[in-house]
Amino acid sequence: MNLFGWAQAVIFLLLVLLVTRPLGAYMARVFEGERTWFQPVFAPLERAFYRLCRIDPATEMSAASYLLATLAFSLIGLVYLYALLRTQKWLPLNPQHFDNLPADSAWNVAVSFMTNTNWQFYSGESTMSYLSQIAGLAWHNFVSAAVGITIAIAVIRGVTRTDRTTVGNFWVDVTRATLYVLLPISIAGCLLLVSQGIPQNFHAYQDVVSIEGFRQTITGGPMASQEVIKELGTNGGGFVNANSASPNENPTPLSNLLEMFLIFCIGAGLTYTYGRYAKDQRQGWALFVAMAILFAAGFTVAYASESAGNPLVHALGVSGGNMEGKECRFGVAASSLFAAVTTDTSCGAVNAMHDSFTPLGGLVPLANMQLGEIVYGGVGTGLYGMILFVVLTVFIAGLMVGRTPEYLGKKIERSHVQYAILAALVLPVFALIPTAISVLVPAGTATLGNAGAHGFSELLYGFTSTTENNGSAFAGLGGNTYFNILMGVVMLCGRFLFLIPAVLLAGSLAGKPRAPVTSGTFQTHSPVFVGLLIGVIIIVGALTFFPADALGPIVEHLQMLHGKSF
Amino acid sequence: MISERRLDRRPKARSLFDRAILSRAVIDAFRKLDPRWQFRNPVMFVCEIGALVTLLFFLRDLRTHGPAGFDFAISVWLWFTVLFANFAEAVAEGRGKAQADFLRRTKSDTKARRVVAGREEVISSTELRKGDVFRVDAGELIAADGDVIAGAATVDESAITGESAPVIREAGGDRSSVTGGTRVLSDSILVQVTANPGEAFLDRMISLVEGAKRQKTPNEIALSILISGLTIIFLIAVATLSPYSIYAHTAQSVTVLIALLVCLIPTTIGGLLSAIGIAGMDRVLQRNVLAMSGRAVEASGDVDTLLLDKTGTITLGNRQATEFLPAPGIRIEDVARAAYLSSLSDETPEGRSIVVLSEQYGAAQGGKPADATFVPFSAYTRMSGVDVPGAAPIRKGAPDSIRTWAREQGAANADVLSAEVDRIARAGGTPLLLAQGGTILGAIQLKDILKPAMQQRFDRLRKMGIRTIMITGDNPLTAATIARESGVDDFLAEATPETKMALIRREQESGRLVAMTGDGTNDAPALAQADVGVAMNSGTQAAKEAANMVDLDSDPTKLIEIVEIGKQLLMTRGALTTFSIANDVAKYFAILPAMFRLAYPEIDALNVMHLSTAQSAILSAVIFNALIIIALIPLALRGVKYRPVGANIVLRDNVLWYGIGGVIVPFIGIKLIDALLTALHLT
Repeated sequence: MNLFGWAQAVIFLLLVLLVTRPLGAYMARVFEGERTWFQPVFAPLERAFYRLCRIDPATEMSAASYLLATLAFSLIGLVYLYALLRTQKWLPLNPQHFDNLPADSAWNVAVSFMTNTNWQFYSGESTMSYLSQIAGLAWHNFVSAAVGITIAIAVIRGVTRTDRTTVGNFWVDVTRATLYVLLPISIAGCLLLVSQGIPQNFHAYQDVVSIEGFRQTITGGPMASQEVIKELGTNGGGFVNANSASPNENPTPLSNLLEMFLIFCIGAGLTYTYGRYAKDQRQGWALFVAMAILFAAGFTVAYASESAGNPLVHALGVSGGNMEGKECRFGVAASSLFAAVTTDTSCGAVNAMHDSFTPLGGLVPLANMQLGEIVYGGVGTGLYGMILFVVLTVFIAGLMVGRTPEYLGKKIERSHVQYAILAALVLPVFALIPTAISVLVPAGTATLGNAGAHGFSELLYGFTSTTENNGSAFAGLGGNTYFNILMGVVMLCGRFLFLIPAVLLAGSLAGKPRAPVTSGTFQTHSPVFVGLLIGVIIIVGALTFFPADALGPIVEHLQMLHGKSF
Repeated sequence: MISERRLDRRPKARSLFDRAILSRAVIDAFRKLDPRWQFRNPVMFVCEIGALVTLLFFLRDLRTHGPAGFDFAISVWLWFTVLFANFAEAVAEGRGKAQADFLRRTKSDTKARRVVAGREEVISSTELRKGDVFRVDAGELIAADGDVIAGAATVDESAITGESAPVIREAGGDRSSVTGGTRVLSDSILVQVTANPGEAFLDRMISLVEGAKRQKTPNEIALSILISGLTIIFLIAVATLSPYSIYAHTAQSVTVLIALLVCLIPTTIGGLLSAIGIAGMDRVLQRNVLAMSGRAVEASGDVDTLLLDKTGTITLGNRQATEFLPAPGIRIEDVARAAYLSSLSDETPEGRSIVVLSEQYGAAQGGKPADATFVPFSAYTRMSGVDVPGAAPIRKGAPDSIRTWAREQGAANADVLSAEVDRIARAGGTPLLLAQGGTILGAIQLKDILKPAMQQRFDRLRKMGIRTIMITGDNPLTAATIARESGVDDFLAEATPETKMALIRREQESGRLVAMTGDGTNDAPALAQADVGVAMNSGTQAAKEAANMVDLDSDPTKLIEIVEIGKQLLMTRGALTTFSIANDVAKYFAILPAMFRLAYPEIDALNVMHLSTAQSAILSAVIFNALIIIALIPLALRGVKYRPVGANIVLRDNVLWYGIGGVIVPFIGIKLIDALLTALHLT
């Protein structure tokens, strides 16, 4: 560890802190239909779109209707992408003449992008036509992110509203999230990335002769536009297989910083948006601080472990941190930072191979996901995931002060606890049970890249990543029909079985009166509460996954110390 | 004709851990092993199934010569875990059951003299129906609940309240209700029946204290859902560990997996949850308050606004003399002496208080005149006084009456003290003037006396986050003064049942929970509207029915204690939940290394407690898990102590004690048990 490495993390977090307030306030204005900078440009477009689709932007929906709209919209998107992938051979913009995807792959990819997971068993540069990339994958990169933000806004409205029992209009929210939030930032970010050298073209791949005299194929395509939304929407699906480790997707330290910034900015901004809606910014900052502490803890462990390196390698006379699977232009600090950022959120983009991290360094991305990706989190999903944790914390803490627990002055009662627990069950059910099935069936272990504890970590990581809609892989896990189908189901359940109780919880809180604050109510923005919130998040996550992790990265780490490798 | 059996007093307090209660609880603990009973508590149900399965494995081991000793030990301790939880619940129920037994004995079949069309007929009390009228004379038991419609009597209610001092029950007014099973001591009353047999107060009381129809309260249900959810999570974590360990070539026995599962699921709170609720109800009962539902006790912990009647709650209820103000040129001793003489024969509380005050000025030293004639107060003259032979007559009374009287006697100073009189009135007191012959001697200030230590009580309430509102029929000026002096947060002056009701509604609309006490029939609507309504046992039947609690001691300040009990109830649940979950950390560190030591010897690094063998590690965790339930029974039954220091501090302290403490304690406990097992060569 060195000062330069720490400085990168501090500068990064400061940038995120700087953008939180303006972006958060802007989003609050956007979703309440107030005037913003971009209104002159987008408002006519927005209105025309509503007229075309016969949407009355003034009509609000109940939580149930909001959910139905979300599900219908997502289902249509799923069918559309599946159809596109199954027919890309006959469609335009396919200069490399890629074949149609087989049914199980198409299913996996379609679910993966629709659920904002972007788990990739394929290599984009040898599978996807340009049309599939821009009209299929990029489109989902936008709308799946927009749906996440939309759900977060609906949940925020439900939790904070006292006057209405509705949670907003899904069609309006999803339109505004795309037009006013994702599009402007993407355009600006895209230009910045192009300035760093990321390709943006429709050329066929070029065969060139390198300086050493070897023939090499240089991939091209509309990469920068895809890259920006990949990060901004916490999608993470790379244009090429090497993802952000590839010099085409992430050429410079500056592009690296920019990409990490894009991953965190909306999630962080939403905490401020939340404070706006709650009419108490401290509520938003409390969540921000809790997230920042968890982020710092994860990064510190990963950075320390990667810097310490592998004693087995040191024994061979190679000193320094663990550089296996890392890009020289990023090094240990930036790789550890990127790994923490991409798994704190549901992004899943990678600039280094998590599989090659030291066991404890690799435990950090895994643990980040196991805690529920609530550290700024996936766009939107992080915030409503955090709110579910807050509800659980408030319930336990509230009891300890001798009152029926309240959050923002609203009593937390049976139904709310029920929804929060239902959501909390999703991760253990869909991460642990499929892993258990996979270690038992031949198809599950057939494609494992490694044996023993490390192979187990690969499986556990894969199902945790897909349940949490992260999409980063520990690698080492080869795609086959079994994984394509099972992980498709896991991604679908991980997204929607979590999102449904979150919205229903918000719906049942919407319209409840806020009890006045007295000295008998504890503050949900105090340091004690933030500490307790972090404690609940860590304990719930740790208690659920400790046995599994003990058999994976933890025992692997202990074995490494005893000189054993896989 | 009516049984002459002497009534016992209902025992008010009994030790929680009375020998009789404990031995009965042990038997009940076994009875509650019935799976139909356990099924209501998912956490303990899982535990019981675990105990059963491990028992079957033990039996199989006996045949196949497996590790029978270990399986047996685990199974026994899992059964103990369930039994300990059952025992906790049974102890909590014990005191209520003992009370119910006593009340049932009280409920004897008495005879009643029903009055029909002016004629009396003797029937059995079970034949009395709502609306019937019966007569009760001195020495007889009252046959049914009812309202006194004629007469007044002293009644011994000790069978129900435990208080031996008799109370007065009279027709009309707010002290008209009588309870079946109590005894008339003097006089004779006519009672109209208000409850059919089986629905009487005593019947309700029996079923309440016994907890026969106990329903889970809303918060208890919410907490059950939380811990059931956690149980499912741990079920998944442990069930999937089986295939994981097969993959790691270190397949685990079912017994070990069940041991891990039971250690992880929140058995501590799961086992004590219902005991906490029952004990809370019981603590309310020990304060001689009958809560109609656990929901009401729970709600009282949430109260934001407390409505208190001024008279009897905040003030002593009668005015007392507090100060003499002499007129110019008059010595205060002379004022005191005249006041003393005029009040010697005045038997009103005000009169007596004047005597007490004047004695402080040595007024009694002159002795009592032998042949003074007392002039009693009349509504016409609005003054009273004394005529002493050989001296000018003394009068005290309303200022304007005294001035008029003094003027008639030819007074020169009839207009003095007008500023002082005004000041007393403005300050919420009642001014009296005192005159002798043609001279105004001075003014006497009568004031409502605040009950002692009320200010501290309201401070305490404020720190609990509760706003107190004083309800009074006084004018706003007087009310404001008393409110300021007593330290209540707000007041409602010139209160009528309608304004009271409106006030409650207004508070509730702004999201507050309102508690109030009341006794009169006109309080009934407000009592019903309030979230927590406490009726005085001395009050009317209507008030008692509208309220969700009845205070058998008829003490309006009791509400403050009830609020604290409600808070304790929730705090105890929260603290034990936190403790229970925090405990799991240590159990992982005990059991996981033990499970995987064979396949991965390196994992012994996680054995931070240095437990001796794999079997003793697992057994120690299971034993700790069972014993902690027993260890926490006193806390569950007595409740976590509540201190009104503000919610943020309470939260911080409880997180430290039960959260951080909950992480540390099991590390120590498991290590000790392991050391003991090793020392005794039990593993």
